[in-house]
Amino acid sequence: MAYRWTNDLTHADVTPKAAFLNRRQILAGTAGLGAIGLVGTSANAAGEELTPNTLEEITSYNNYYEFGTGKSDPANNAHQLETADWKITIDGMVDNPGEYALADLMDGLDIEERIYRFRCVEAWSMVVPWNGVELADILNKAGVQSDAKYVAFETVVQPGNMIGVRRGVLDFPYVEGLRLDEAMNPLTLMATGIYGEPIANQNGAPIRLVVPWKYGFKSIKSIVRITLTDEEPDTSWNKTNAREYGFYSNVNPEVSHPRWSQASERVIGGGLFAARQDTLMFNGYEEEVASMYDGMDLSENF
Amino acid sequence: MIDTINTTLRRIPAWTIYIVGAAWAAWLFYLGLTGGLGPEPINALEREYGALGLKLLIAGLAVTPLRRYAGLNLLKFRRALGVTTFFYILAHFMVWALLDVGTFARVWEEVVKRPYVTVGMASFAMMIPLAITSNNMSLRKLGGAAWRKLHKLTYLIAILGGVHYLWLVKGFQIEPIIYMAVILALLAGRLKWNRLKVAFA
Repeated sequence: MAYRWTNDLTHADVTPKAAFLNRRQILAGTAGLGAIGLVGTSANAAGEELTPNTLEEITSYNNYYEFGTGKSDPANNAHQLETADWKITIDGMVDNPGEYALADLMDGLDIEERIYRFRCVEAWSMVVPWNGVELADILNKAGVQSDAKYVAFETVVQPGNMIGVRRGVLDFPYVEGLRLDEAMNPLTLMATGIYGEPIANQNGAPIRLVVPWKYGFKSIKSIVRITLTDEEPDTSWNKTNAREYGFYSNVNPEVSHPRWSQASERVIGGGLFAARQDTLMFNGYEEEVASMYDGMDLSENF
Repeated sequence: MIDTINTTLRRIPAWTIYIVGAAWAAWLFYLGLTGGLGPEPINALEREYGALGLKLLIAGLAVTPLRRYAGLNLLKFRRALGVTTFFYILAHFMVWALLDVGTFARVWEEVVKRPYVTVGMASFAMMIPLAITSNNMSLRKLGGAAWRKLHKLTYLIAILGGVHYLWLVKGFQIEPIIYMAVILALLAGRLKWNRLKVAFA
């Protein structure tokens, strides 16, 4: 393990496996009076007690527009995703370009657990216990050349299996990008699991990016290509609506989405009567990442 | 065929719309309470009530064209459809204001700052006088002509409702476009084309 980053959320913040497998029944049992307040306590700051999200919540409330725009569409449709013999092409400004089998890419890298807040641009959030490796370790394997400044990512396109691709919800393939320093930050993860299980298709199997201080759409799913470049890469939502979705898309409670406020968020799993909680600057990872944006106007570079 | 349907419909009292409408709204709320609407029930309930309100509004707008072009007489259900629409949009607003946004200050801020909320709110506000006057006493007091004129606000309400939906989705989504197209088609069917032709001649 790299151990360059320490969890501030602990296993106490995550529902134990036995309990998360049962929580739906517990919820059902207490539903009449209980779903209201008993199950959900929410907290605002790092290190405080957070509402743990169950595997069921994490796998049933998703945005993965290749499989439809409804929140339950990915859970219903992503079983069609073909993940066998997954390969990732790494190209551009790298010493060892090529098409890598996923297993080869992960070979020799220790998978560690990262319990991160996950904040969607739609103003909802979860806490997810990811399993994965630091993106930096993968990039170092490929050998990043010194003139590379950005990393571009691409999601698989399987039109026959993806109803959202056939409907043209976005300009597919879905693409995302990070500045190289963001990509090399110890927080930036390539996740292959959740709760110690292989990551579910609707969560971006078999491997996805996790950038916890940015809105969720930056954390691109089911990656088939990683390109090192010296130009800021295109990103899907920015191409769709540049006024609403910037390249950086750092979580920032002070910069509204043009159509809604980002000052607060709804924590998934709180039930019908849970209050919103305040959104944290950089989603609570200010200490780890704020220095990368020193001197930048964050309302300009949203 | 159409006569048989009309005869059957005559036997169904209009209040069944209220009963079914209220029962369905309550059922959705129950589902929200018990996990049946997924792990984020507030947004789901908001959308269910809103979409049902829009569907009922469209059903109300369809009554006249259905009678004129298909001979189907649903006139006696129209008031119930309109009032039920109002209650669904009221429920939509309440879930949004009380369960989602939470405080009055934030509700006001959203209404002022977010155009799609402003549009939705305007549409809802215009429904209030229509709901209040949806009874025989108001009809008598206002007189038929004035009452009908007032209730033409429905057309604007429908357009604003369609815009509200179009404006809130991300990416290219087909559903709000279909709703808007149906609303515009139903309104276009009401235009007096002959009079327009004269005006442009």
